[in-house]
Amino acid sequence: MTGLRDAPAHVTARYEMVVGLEVHVQLRTKTKAFCSCDATYGAPPNVNTCPVCLALPGALPALNREAVHLAMRAAHALGCTVNPVSVFARKNYFYPDLPKGYQISQYDRPLALAGRLEIGDGDAARTVGITRVHMEEDAGKSIHDRYPGATAIDLNRAGVPLIEIVSEPDMRSSADAVAYLTALKQILEYIDVSDVNMEEGSLRVDANVSARPHGATALGTKTEVKNMNSFSGVQRALEAEFERQCTLLERGERVHQQTMLWDGSRNEVRPARSKEASHDYRYFPEPDLPPLVLDPQWIDAVRRELPELPRARRERFAREYGLAAADVGVLTSTPALADYFEAAAKAHGDAKAAANWVMGEVLAALHISNESIQHFRVAPAPLARLLDLVRDGVVSHSAAKRVFAVMAETGEPPERVAEREGLVQVRDADELTRWVDEVLAEHPAEADRFRAGEKKLLGVLVGLVMKKSKGRADPRRVNQLVSERAGG
Amino acid sequence: MTEPTAVEAVTASFARMEAVRAGADGLNCVLWSDRERALAQARAVDARAERAPLAGYPVAVKDNIATLDLPTTCGSRILEGYVSPYEATVVSRLRAAGSVVLCKTNCDEFAMGSSNENSAYGPVRNPLDPCRVPGGSSGGSAAAVAAGIARIALGSETGGSVRQPAAFCGVVGVKPTYGRVSRFGLVAFASSLDQVGVLGRTVDDAALGMEVIAGRDPYDSTSADCPVPRYREGAIRSMRGLTIGRPAEYFPASLDPRVTALCDRALDAFRALGAQVRDISLPHTDLAIPVYYIVAPAEASSNLARFDGVRYGLRVMGDDGLRAMYERTRSRGFGPEVTRRVLLGTYVLSAGYYDAYYKKAQEVRACITDDFRRAFASGVDVIFTPTTPSPAFELGAKSDPYEMYLNDIFTCTANLSGVPGISLPIGHVDHLPIGGQLLARHFDEAGMFAAAYALERALGEDARR
Repeated sequence: MTGLRDAPAHVTARYEMVVGLEVHVQLRTKTKAFCSCDATYGAPPNVNTCPVCLALPGALPALNREAVHLAMRAAHALGCTVNPVSVFARKNYFYPDLPKGYQISQYDRPLALAGRLEIGDGDAARTVGITRVHMEEDAGKSIHDRYPGATAIDLNRAGVPLIEIVSEPDMRSSADAVAYLTALKQILEYIDVSDVNMEEGSLRVDANVSARPHGATALGTKTEVKNMNSFSGVQRALEAEFERQCTLLERGERVHQQTMLWDGSRNEVRPARSKEASHDYRYFPEPDLPPLVLDPQWIDAVRRELPELPRARRERFAREYGLAAADVGVLTSTPALADYFEAAAKAHGDAKAAANWVMGEVLAALHISNESIQHFRVAPAPLARLLDLVRDGVVSHSAAKRVFAVMAETGEPPERVAEREGLVQVRDADELTRWVDEVLAEHPAEADRFRAGEKKLLGVLVGLVMKKSKGRADPRRVNQLVSERAGG
Repeated sequence: MTEPTAVEAVTASFARMEAVRAGADGLNCVLWSDRERALAQARAVDARAERAPLAGYPVAVKDNIATLDLPTTCGSRILEGYVSPYEATVVSRLRAAGSVVLCKTNCDEFAMGSSNENSAYGPVRNPLDPCRVPGGSSGGSAAAVAAGIARIALGSETGGSVRQPAAFCGVVGVKPTYGRVSRFGLVAFASSLDQVGVLGRTVDDAALGMEVIAGRDPYDSTSADCPVPRYREGAIRSMRGLTIGRPAEYFPASLDPRVTALCDRALDAFRALGAQVRDISLPHTDLAIPVYYIVAPAEASSNLARFDGVRYGLRVMGDDGLRAMYERTRSRGFGPEVTRRVLLGTYVLSAGYYDAYYKKAQEVRACITDDFRRAFASGVDVIFTPTTPSPAFELGAKSDPYEMYLNDIFTCTANLSGVPGISLPIGHVDHLPIGGQLLARHFDEAGMFAAAYALERALGEDARR
């Protein structure tokens, strides 16, 4: 395939990329979709299994209502119409990690249809159509590299509820695809239906991609690209496949409809073996489950219970707190961070100060400790009290950063930390005067030069006083005092 | 007469098993049994504070229903030695009522057959004439009841697999309404047609068994949340004013006149009890066999995919990786009839054929269901037909699969439409029993049992033995 890669820019420039995405999302339910096994990630292999998800002879599925609830929530958040009647279907294929020999999915009557997702900001903002959202169950995991010459099967994941979100072919670049995935991940986090963690496999992406000359209206032949395990992997895989297709088209050859696998380590796509690509899934309605009939009142109730979604929250933050678009983007990136900011801002009163602290100190601390905001030791209320102390001149801005560092370490309240660490600003005139006099006495040469008019030495002297006070002196007062006492 | 204790009943059953040679060297109706374990369970039942309603009714259970202590092989090599780690809901309910599982009974492999000649463990012989088949697929259960081993046996139906062997063995067999009884633990053949059924020596035994196993089960999403009446109260219900439907399609000119005569006698008995007999038509009846042999194999092809050699049962390794293992395991594990149906089912679900076969078959199935709906809506309470066109045939007599499939011609309509049916002995042809079938409205097993009690009583002992 190497000959088809790295198409020159003047070739790809003649074509337009068309992308549609199929995203699988694990729903965060306590139990699996069709049995009462624990659905959480990370248990030892094959512990979370039972006759149903092992597909023992005679076992039958019973639908988990919470999975339906979360699937509906996602469908509503994506603006879909939830069908009052949808039908489960069997997708038949043989694979060792598929215990029943079929996957329970939905086919011609899915849970929800016709939604949309807004991606990008400002001038780059656009809408991507959502074709459908349907429910299905996950397969188990095949582990090929653990035992030499054998494949190990872990069925903990078998039967975990999934939704598949299928987009329209509305994206025109790999950047669009990443923007779509970012927006989708964010919305799913906001409605709290999934861990949306691509590394743990709770979010998986397959891409349908085709190329066509600019200005063409008909779609080119598409290929399906699989096996990406990060957003940047999606981006690079789409670029690689697009270049491959452009080169083929430029040579007057045809693109074959096939499945391509992304190999991130080699930075290339290659065709899946034809066996993997040519399944006839023999879909038919799942006879073990009656049609999924949803009470219209329940459908409505789930729609009404939706929390504020990212777009609405961004608009409100800009409006209510007067924050710049870039800051709003950072603060609303996850619902937990937005909640944190909002709580601190409300408690403190000065939203801009709170925003600066959250975007600066808080995110830096989280970054260093690799923690999530939910588990951060400094809650919004103590952070707000620390900001109050700064505003009221009780601690200096620089001392506040040290107080914050201790709070992040120990979880103690700011007042106690400032007191114990001696970081409460000293504004007592006698004490400040004593420190200034001592510095002037200890550095007579500098003092003399300052008195002689070398005003730039003011900073040096103030710095020495600050150092002597271990940062506790109020710098504005020290400034005044140095001039007074040295000037004499 | 006092009812026997559980220990007495179990002891008698095992003695009878020996006397009639129920094992592989004889009738071959019993595949797996464990006398000591059964007796231990019987002692536990007798030790209960209150007498359990089924203490005197140890059961024989078809080998495609999951039981904890005995293997569940579905009459197949692919599950040889497999013991289920969980129990079917119907078995749990029987146990809770004090019944003890005596044995697992032989059956056609995965319930696919009408003669019990498709078992990997050899054919079952009819206790009334060992040269003849007991019918199938629940042939072992019917034979166990006919041979006096068990008063009640569990079978399963997909196209007539309880009623047809009941007819061939001269016992009573019930196929409840689809959804009346939990399928949890019944190894699936065709999920939209399968139901667990009861075989008994009398209508009353069958009614008792049904009362215990019927009712909603949260583990089976297709089980109906519909109250279960006391079927045994039907024993005293009058037939006066009832309308019995006689569908012309079930009495073709080609039907053995001796079978027709027995049916006429049964209908006369109903008239004598004050019921009215009305000629009706179920016009789509002739399409039932073709529809059945599309729908059932289609579902079977998917249901039997789990027997892949990966997690349990037979595994035959190849030297050529996963695909070879699948092919060898399934080729050696499944017998010819199962293989035929899996291939047929795979074909009719394939891309490009789905609409022509499976979808069309489901549409015709809806017409068959509608036939029954119309008949019952027109005031018919119960429909009467022969259960089979002829009595039990000799082993090996039917080698053509299609000829064999025609055995289900009068029974598979109830599975396709979901209505309940019962077969009970109505007399003999050539000293072999003939079954009469009563079909009722969805979930009206009570009405069906009432008519069966009345007919059984009216025909008397002669019809039975």
